[in-house]
Amino acid sequence: MNFELSDDQKLLVDTVQSFARKDSPTTRFRELRATEEGFDRGVWRQMGELGWLGVMFPEAVGGAGLGVQEATLVLEQLGATLVPEPYLESVLLAGTALLHAGSDAQQQRWLAPMVAGETVLTLAHTERQARFDAFDVSTRAERRADGSWLLTGEKTLVPVGHAADALIVSARTNGAQRDLDGISLFVVEPSATGLERQRLEFMDGHKGATLRLRDVIVPPDALLGEAGQGWKSLELALDHGAAGTCAEGAGLLRAVLEMTRHYLTERKQFGAPIGSFQALQHRCVDMFVEVELAKSTAILAMIKASAADVGERQRALSAAKVTLATSGGFVVRQAIQLHGGIGVTDEHDVGLYFKRHHTLSTLCGDEQYHVERFARLPGFAPLD
Amino acid sequence: MDMTYSPEHEAFRREVRAGLRAAMPAALRAKAEVDAHFEHDEIMQWHRVLASKGWVAPHWPAAYGGPGWDSTRRFIFAEELEAMGAPVLSPFGVSMVGPLLIQFGNEQQKARYLPKILSGEEVWCQGYSEPNSGSDLASLQLRAVDDGAGHFILDGQKTWTTYAQYADHIFVLARTQPEGKPQAGISFILCDMKTPGITVKPFLTTGGTPAFCETWFEGVKVPKENLVGELNQGWTYAKALLGHERTLVAGVGISSRMIRRIKLIAKDTWLGGRPLLEDAGYRAKIARLEIQLEALKMANYRTVAAAQLGHAPGPESSILKLRGTEIQQACFDLAMEIMGHDSLSWNNPEGTIPAREQSIAPQFNYIRAATIYAGSNEIQKNIIAKFILGLPA
Ligand SMILES: Cc1cc2nc3c(=O)[nH]c(=O)nc-3n(C[C@H](O)[C@H](O)[C@H](O)COP(=O)(O)OP(=O)(O)OC[C@H]3O[C@@H](n4cnc5c(N)ncnc54)[C@H](O)[C@@H]3O)c2cc1C
Repeated sequence: MNFELSDDQKLLVDTVQSFARKDSPTTRFRELRATEEGFDRGVWRQMGELGWLGVMFPEAVGGAGLGVQEATLVLEQLGATLVPEPYLESVLLAGTALLHAGSDAQQQRWLAPMVAGETVLTLAHTERQARFDAFDVSTRAERRADGSWLLTGEKTLVPVGHAADALIVSARTNGAQRDLDGISLFVVEPSATGLERQRLEFMDGHKGATLRLRDVIVPPDALLGEAGQGWKSLELALDHGAAGTCAEGAGLLRAVLEMTRHYLTERKQFGAPIGSFQALQHRCVDMFVEVELAKSTAILAMIKASAADVGERQRALSAAKVTLATSGGFVVRQAIQLHGGIGVTDEHDVGLYFKRHHTLSTLCGDEQYHVERFARLPGFAPLD
Repeated sequence: MDMTYSPEHEAFRREVRAGLRAAMPAALRAKAEVDAHFEHDEIMQWHRVLASKGWVAPHWPAAYGGPGWDSTRRFIFAEELEAMGAPVLSPFGVSMVGPLLIQFGNEQQKARYLPKILSGEEVWCQGYSEPNSGSDLASLQLRAVDDGAGHFILDGQKTWTTYAQYADHIFVLARTQPEGKPQAGISFILCDMKTPGITVKPFLTTGGTPAFCETWFEGVKVPKENLVGELNQGWTYAKALLGHERTLVAGVGISSRMIRRIKLIAKDTWLGGRPLLEDAGYRAKIARLEIQLEALKMANYRTVAAAQLGHAPGPESSILKLRGTEIQQACFDLAMEIMGHDSLSWNNPEGTIPAREQSIAPQFNYIRAATIYAGSNEIQKNIIAKFILGLPA
């Protein structure tokens, strides 16, 4: 076993880290959260030019032909300073769906421009009744006589849904509402008639939209892969997204620990740095323990995200997701507590990290969802 | 031992419940129904409603306008208020400076301030904390200097002053004696917020509300008659105040209301094709939290019952703030979890998520403060270790 990064990976991590620290401190996030889009398309283009958006995609679409590991390493660095560009949604979620289900032509049309930093993408799968069961799809798509498709339904609180230049929408083409079979993935462009995007604010300062599809007509080539066979791609996209949330979370938690450690050495009460009080020292040590566990499971997720065996992949990802929620939840809560009053102000960064952590814990399946999935995976019950 | 209320207390409960229901204006009731966030104006509107019934300050002696209820009646009344989701009144006048004036103020001060606290005509805020004096409050630096002409001149800064922007008066702890033991040089002074030299700058909490302020004092001239009690005795008064109404700090009513709200949200949330409330895993989660609250409630009852018999609060009362605030936070954690994707929504237009969920995310953020203010939970633990468990310093 070897958990060292390769030289190329180290170089990638170093450049992203230096961008995050120097060019995108949290003040940039603060400025952008007050804007309509919530991120900067110029910076996105720059990320494309630097090759960060294409690390996990083939050279044919302008990518570097590496893997999910590299993409999650990028995201981990972006998480440390709350970089708001939609890497998780465009690259890990929508990107995976296009890569896995899209034809060469479809990848040229929708993946290549994203890799170049010209467009942003998102995956629109969330439905109110589905909770985290992405196979529970009530949005319907019907094939029309001319081969085009008619989409009807609603996708709730889709991150980046307000800005995406193309949305990967899950819709049911046959079967019952909770069947794995019969789910199809469509690329819907914002100009489609009948598509209403209600722009929404998210707690963490990011933006998105609830999508209402009322008889939206998309051409035949908007269908990714075969009709009714979209579940495997959707599931993989969400697993890659889960790995992304864990990686971003690991970067975020490390920053939170450092911020708190620093505050404990600076802040004085009772004539001494509060970090000299043993109760707070132990608390900070507990935070450190949880950060290391979250980081460890994030590495597990990075490595196993592309495992060929679905059970092996999901075991790792669910473990990482649950640890992100529980260990990470402890860390961000204690971080606020140890900051005292200033931790509850919008002016201090610790609250921003607290909010982002909640999003990362929730997207792609929350704690309870992943605990249950973990316990249902093949191999969980002992063979007698 | 016996857990029943006397018939008189049961009758009292029925009476106040009916009275509160009848008195609550329809607009407030509609908001209470879905536990929406109440604005300052609405809180003051409710204050005046309670004032008209003589129910604003249950814990004040009848001589000063309290209703003359025993401790059990006060507890029942608080439970009923919380059960109906009524706006929580600003505590600074009714629960802080009011009782303090009743105990330590002179007759002129009582006559000048108490009636307007009751009626809601004057709103108060609390000026204790400073940038460098939070947990270590006794180190506070805001100076009050006797100008020899009947005034104190106040200079310095207070911070985290909750809703100072709406306040007519502030009660401050000020340093009047720079030398000696820090606690022995602090005075309790009342100050009109319109006095020249006071600047208030509200800022946002993580909940998105402008709930607290930085409050600066530059050469603020306060008549000496605004000193409460004796010079340099302010610390003693402030500490005495901390002992007031311990049974309320647990927030049992607020948490009970939240458990109900969690169940209502869970009933309207889908999981696996049925209401989430039918899911065994989530039922267990809610049940565990409710059981924790049940235990706390019982500790709270013990305190109430002891007070009814005229006993001093026992050791069980010291855990109320500690566990009570942890449970309040756990309620919002669980509510957010149950909301699933809806929990990501932030102050979006009505209808984006169900009305009952709308204020949860801001409160989930703001409630982090509950373990920080009113003596942080770490400070509470220090006190319990030292004074209740008698552990060596
Ligand atoms: C929402 C909100 C509203 C408030 N409203 C008001 C108001 O209206 N008026 C007012 O005067 N104040 C108000 N406060 C201030 C509040 O009383 C202080 O925040 C509180 O006393 C803590 O002080 P601090 O913020 O300076 O934190 P610090 O004292 O700096 O504490 C930071 C951390 O160190 C811990 N700590 C400190 N000392 C010790 C120790 N000896 N042992 C172990 N741990 C320790 C604390 O528990 C905390 O976790 C409000 C605060 C909040 C959050």
